[in-house]
Amino acid sequence: MPDAPGLELIRGEIEQDHPGAVLDSGFEHGCASLAIAPEHALAVLTWLRDSAGHEYRFLSSLHAADYLPAEPRFAVHYELLNRDRVERIRVKALLADPGEDSLPEIDSCCELFPTAEFQEREAFDFFGIVFRGHPDLRRILLPEDYVGWPQRRDFPVGGEPVTFTYNERNYG
Amino acid sequence: MAEAAGTKASTGAQDVGSGGPRTEAQPPPAGPPEAAARETEVMTVNIGPHHPATHGVLRLVVDLEGEVVKDLKPIIGYVHTGIEKSCEDKSYWKVIPFVERMDYVSYFFQMEAFCGAVERLIELEIPERAKHLRVIFLELNRIHSHLVWLGTTALDLGAISMLWYCFRERDRILDLFEMATGQRMHTRYFQVGGVIEDIPVGFEKKLREFIAEMPVRVGQYQALLDRNEVFLSRTKNTGIVSRERLLELGVTGPLLRAAGEPWDLRKAFDYLAYPKFDFKIPIGTVGDNYDRYRVRVAEMVESTRIVEQALDGLPEGPFIADDRKYVLPPRSELPTSMESLIHHFKLVTEGYRVGPGEIYYAIESPRGELGCFVLADGSAKPARVHFRDPSFVNLQAFKDMSIDGYIADMIASLGMLDPILGGVDR
Repeated sequence: MPDAPGLELIRGEIEQDHPGAVLDSGFEHGCASLAIAPEHALAVLTWLRDSAGHEYRFLSSLHAADYLPAEPRFAVHYELLNRDRVERIRVKALLADPGEDSLPEIDSCCELFPTAEFQEREAFDFFGIVFRGHPDLRRILLPEDYVGWPQRRDFPVGGEPVTFTYNERNYG
Repeated sequence: MAEAAGTKASTGAQDVGSGGPRTEAQPPPAGPPEAAARETEVMTVNIGPHHPATHGVLRLVVDLEGEVVKDLKPIIGYVHTGIEKSCEDKSYWKVIPFVERMDYVSYFFQMEAFCGAVERLIELEIPERAKHLRVIFLELNRIHSHLVWLGTTALDLGAISMLWYCFRERDRILDLFEMATGQRMHTRYFQVGGVIEDIPVGFEKKLREFIAEMPVRVGQYQALLDRNEVFLSRTKNTGIVSRERLLELGVTGPLLRAAGEPWDLRKAFDYLAYPKFDFKIPIGTVGDNYDRYRVRVAEMVESTRIVEQALDGLPEGPFIADDRKYVLPPRSELPTSMESLIHHFKLVTEGYRVGPGEIYYAIESPRGELGCFVLADGSAKPARVHFRDPSFVNLQAFKDMSIDGYIADMIASLGMLDPILGGVDR
């Protein structure tokens, strides 16, 4: 893990190259994390992956989270890993909810990290986050005709209605 | 898959036959199409979701040119049960049995990923004895998982007897689980803070018998397979993917190690008692299906060594942390101590609260990096639980493994990929 001062150095270097990209940096439970603006997500990820001395070349995990009622509401988490130095860093792209019918959007990182393909589809499936430039953005785990984004916090936990034809015929 | 192709062909033949006699004086059918046209014909075959060779409900849409795989699409989601969403509605200690049921072959690993993540969130240190006990059960679970893999994959490749031998040893591991935890599968043995119970009298003796026997058994499996002509020709030089491509695709675990990359989270990160133990990381050279087999079989022996060392060095002391805010008080205290009774009541009814924060904790499961992301919002229920399941991520490499190979090799590659569909779909 980069320690707390190391994280601040990284933050400073990114801000030199991409002003306004880093919104916040934090160090909690032994884990460094950078909160970034979604429009700079690809630039920051490319920087962390390629710039000398950092080289976080392995994307361990990509997942989304819903921070309701906080604003901005959504975040896409990129758990990056440098396997030589055995260091992890978390990049959080904060996404606001654009309201009613439109979905939050962010650039896809499939070109940078091909492993993100399934994981971005999963985030789209459950949170309705659109990844621009994804080669095949469809639902992955839920049925294709499913309506709604079930992992959002305002989506109720409840049963899917199951029709038991036997019961209906005899007692319905 | 042979069946699917067969019915397609036979229905086609029937149409011609039944249409023939009814019309009179039909012109003779045109001669066979040009050889060149036949060669380029691509047939799309659906395999699964219910098919014994897919190790679960995995559906594959395969484009075949003759017997050669030209394109492949895995379609998943048939056993999606919304476990991650359900976890958000359960207090932390009730989440444990839920997450066990994701990857139903390596349930101890799911428990460790979740409990470890929560322990790091609340910064609770677990006792040394609990660390050793966890390692013992994790490594037994790794052997168990690899045995299930070896038995079913060898079965796919025609070595039927392997299944019975592997499941014989698997049953002994399940007996050990049952003895210590009361359950053969989905044991709910790990708790936040340690393990729920100490190992019973007589467990050590049974475990030592198993440890002594297991390497011999592994040798027997190798004697059955390593010089088996059919097995060798079906696994050697099939399903090769380069190390660089595997890393791009985020593949971890035995698949990556078989391609020659010595990456194992047990060595890389310091978690549980792993730094204390002496064990090797088996790696392959070419990255074909044979290497994957050899790596996993060698891992079984290494896991046996870890279990032995953990048992030899098993320290005395408590098996669960003594923090009454998070850990249930001992049963014996309840009749005499009001304080314990209150804690017990609060923990069982509301559960403990976890302060706001988030954590990603990754461990080495039998299939690769198993990561657990927990977002806590200060209440007694997690706001988000996400599992980075290695089967899910590794499945993306399946296309690279199978393309331009024979369909029979695809089945071998799928077995060697070892996806658990419960973990893929969650």
